[in-house]
Amino acid sequence: MELLSGGEMIARFLKDEGVEYIYGYPGGAALHIYDALHRQSDVKHVLVRHEQAATHMADGYARATGKPGVVLVTSGPGATNTVTGIATAFMDSIPMVVICGQVMSYLIGEDAFQETDMIGVSRPIVKHSFSVKHPSEIPGVLKKAFYIASSGRPGPVVVDIPKDMTMPNEKFEYNYPESVSLRSYTPPAKGHSGQIKKAVDLLLAAKRPMIYAGGGVIMGGGADLLKKLAQQLEYPVTNTLMGLGGYPGTDKQFVGMLGMHGSYEANQAMHHSDLILAIGARFDDRVTNDPDKFCPSAKIIHIDIDPASISKTIRADVPIVGPVIQVLEEMLSLIDDAPARSNKEAINNWWKQINEWRQVHGGRYDTSSDKIKPQAAVEACWRATNGDAFVASDVGQHQMFTAQYYKFAKPYRWINSGGLGTMGFGLPAAMGVKMNFPEETVVCVTGEGSIQMNIQELSTCLQYGLPVKILCLNNGYLGMVRQWQDMNYEGRHSNSYLDSLPEFKTLMDAYRHKYVEIRTKDELDAKMEEAFAMKDQLVFINCYVDPEEHVYPMQVPRGSMRDMFLSKTERT
Amino acid sequence: MRHIISVLMENEPGALSRVVGLFSQRNFNIESLNVAPTDDPTLSRLTLTTFGSDQVVEQITKQLNKLIDVVKLVDLTEGQHIERELMLVKVRASGAQRAEVKRTVDIFRGNIIDMTPSIYTMQIIGESDKLDGFLQALGGMHILEVVRTGVSGIARGEKTLSL
Repeated sequence: MELLSGGEMIARFLKDEGVEYIYGYPGGAALHIYDALHRQSDVKHVLVRHEQAATHMADGYARATGKPGVVLVTSGPGATNTVTGIATAFMDSIPMVVICGQVMSYLIGEDAFQETDMIGVSRPIVKHSFSVKHPSEIPGVLKKAFYIASSGRPGPVVVDIPKDMTMPNEKFEYNYPESVSLRSYTPPAKGHSGQIKKAVDLLLAAKRPMIYAGGGVIMGGGADLLKKLAQQLEYPVTNTLMGLGGYPGTDKQFVGMLGMHGSYEANQAMHHSDLILAIGARFDDRVTNDPDKFCPSAKIIHIDIDPASISKTIRADVPIVGPVIQVLEEMLSLIDDAPARSNKEAINNWWKQINEWRQVHGGRYDTSSDKIKPQAAVEACWRATNGDAFVASDVGQHQMFTAQYYKFAKPYRWINSGGLGTMGFGLPAAMGVKMNFPEETVVCVTGEGSIQMNIQELSTCLQYGLPVKILCLNNGYLGMVRQWQDMNYEGRHSNSYLDSLPEFKTLMDAYRHKYVEIRTKDELDAKMEEAFAMKDQLVFINCYVDPEEHVYPMQVPRGSMRDMFLSKTERT
Repeated sequence: MRHIISVLMENEPGALSRVVGLFSQRNFNIESLNVAPTDDPTLSRLTLTTFGSDQVVEQITKQLNKLIDVVKLVDLTEGQHIERELMLVKVRASGAQRAEVKRTVDIFRGNIIDMTPSIYTMQIIGESDKLDGFLQALGGMHILEVVRTGVSGIARGEKTLSL
C-alpha cells in the first residue's frame, strides 16, 4: 500500500494514465500540485504564457492523436482564462481534461481570494465536470474524467480541486483504478443491425449518392474504413471543415469541402443527390445553409455516436447510433455479401455530372494579378511541405483558404477551430502538436489579426524549443470581417483595419526567432522553401497578400446548398 | 404539445443545475419543475413539464440523456399516466365569503389547513387543470398567495422508472 498526498496522487495518476505532457500555469490554489510535479520527472509540465494557450496546446495534441490533452491551472483567473479553450474543444468534440485548483473547501462560497465557481462557469461548455470532496477520491475522479473525455462523443471535462485536497502532509492510500464504471453513462458500443442493413440497401440502390463525412470519422478512427467503403462503392466523398483529411484530399473521388465556403461541385452534388450518407457530421448551419431548402430529393442516412446529433437540424431517414468503426465494418461486410450491386450506369452518369460541375469553378482564382493571392501562398506552403505537414490554423479567410487549397492526404493533420471559430487558436495548437511530434513539420497558418491573440506564446516556443512555422497571410485587415463588410455593409470597414501592426521582424528578434518576408509573387516558392529549410528554428513567414481578395465560393445566405457566389461578380 | 418528462438522476450537488442550465442553454422552456430524493438516497427524481413540437421534445430527451448525471428518463405523456400537483392558496375572507370558500374547497375536494378570523389557507391536490379551475372558482375572493409544487407524475400499471 502506498500513501500519497492529493498533489502526489495527481502527478502519479497522470503517469499511470500514460500522460507525457501537461500544459498549464501555476498559482496559489494549485501550488501543492505544482510542488508534487516538481518532485517527479515522468510527467512533464509545459509552462505557457496565458492559460488559454494551455488549453489550445492540449487541444492541438488531442486533435493530432485522438487522445485527451491535459491542462493544469489555478483557481479564479487561471480557471476562467481556460474558458475559451474549453469551449473550443467542446464545440469540436475534442477530448480534454482540465484540472483547476480551487480555494480551500471551507472558503468556497465566501468570495475568497481567486475564487470562481468554475463548475458553474464551465457548465454549458463541458461534457462533464467534477469537484473533489476528499483527497482519496482523486484517482477515481481523474479516471472517470479521462474516461468520459475520451469515450463516446469526446469532449472536455473539468476537475475542480480545492487546495486542501492536495495538502502535502495529508497522505492517503493510492491505487490506480484500472477500470471505471458509471451507471448513468454508457457510450453506444454497436449500431443497430437492422438500421445498418436498411442503410446498405439504400446505398446500393442510390443513383446520385453522396458521402458526407465529418470530424467524427477522424476522432472515431474511421478514416481507413471510410476510404475503403467509398472506393468500394466508387461514390463521391465530401468532407466538412472538421473532417478534412478524413478522406484523402488528393483522391479523384474527393469533391472538396462542402458548405458555406465549400467547393461548387460539393455543394451542387449535395443539393442534387438522392442519398446522403452522413458519417460523424452534424448538419450544422455552416453546412446546410437554409435547412428548409436542404437537399430536397435526398434520403438521409446518419451515422453518429451521439444520438442528439441525429435529426437535430435535418431529419434522418435512417438514423444509426454507434461507433464509426463498428458501423462501417458492418456495412462493408453487408455490401460484400449483398446480392445487389450498386447501379453502375447511374453512378457513371452521376460522375459525369459531377465532373461537369468541377469545370465550373474548380477552385480558380486570379493568377494574373501582380499581388500575392492568399490561395497561391497556401499552395506554395503545400508544395514546400510536400502536402504532409500538420497544419494548425487560426480563424478567418486564411483558415478557409487553407481548408480549400491545402489538400490533406491524411487524418489528424488539419488542426482548426471549426465550431467555435476561435481566433488565437492556431499558434498554441501548433505548439501542442510540435511538442509531441518533434520530427514532423508543423505549420500555423494565420493572419496578422489572429496571431496577435496569443502572440505571447512565442516566448513558450523559445523556452521549449518549438520550431513551428508561422505562415502569416498578412493583408492588413481582419479579412473575413472585411469580406462581410464588403458584401453586406457597402464596404464600410468598421474596425476591421488593423492599424499599428507591430514590426514582426523586430518582434521575432526580441524572441530570438527567425523572420522571412514575402512581398512578391516570384519569391513565393523560394522564400517558403527557405523558411521550411530552417528545421530547428521557429520561422515567422510574413507573407503580404492581396487585401482585396474574398473567399469563394460562398453560399448565398438563406439559400439552398447550391446557391453560391462564385466571385465578386458571379453567382449561381 | 405539453409533455411531462420524469428524470431519475444522481443525487449529487450540481446535477440539478446541469438540467436547468441545459434548458436555458438550448432555448427549451420549462413550465414547471420539481425534484426530491427517492427512496434510494443516491437518486433524485425530477419531473418537469415543457411545451414543444415532437422534434423539440425529442431533442430535449436526447440532450437530457446526454447529461452524465441523468440515469434514466421517461416522457410520461407517451403512455398512460397519473399526474398530480399540490397547491396552497391563502385568501382573505370574512362574513358570508367564509362559507362560500368552505363550499368551494369541498367541491374541489381540498382542505382548509390553516385559518384566522379573516384568513383561510387551503390545500388542493389534482391535475394542473383542476388547480387552475379552483383558482377560477375563487374568482371574486381576495387571493393573497398561491404556491404550486409543479407537476409530479407516475406511469399507470406495471411500468416503472427505476434502476
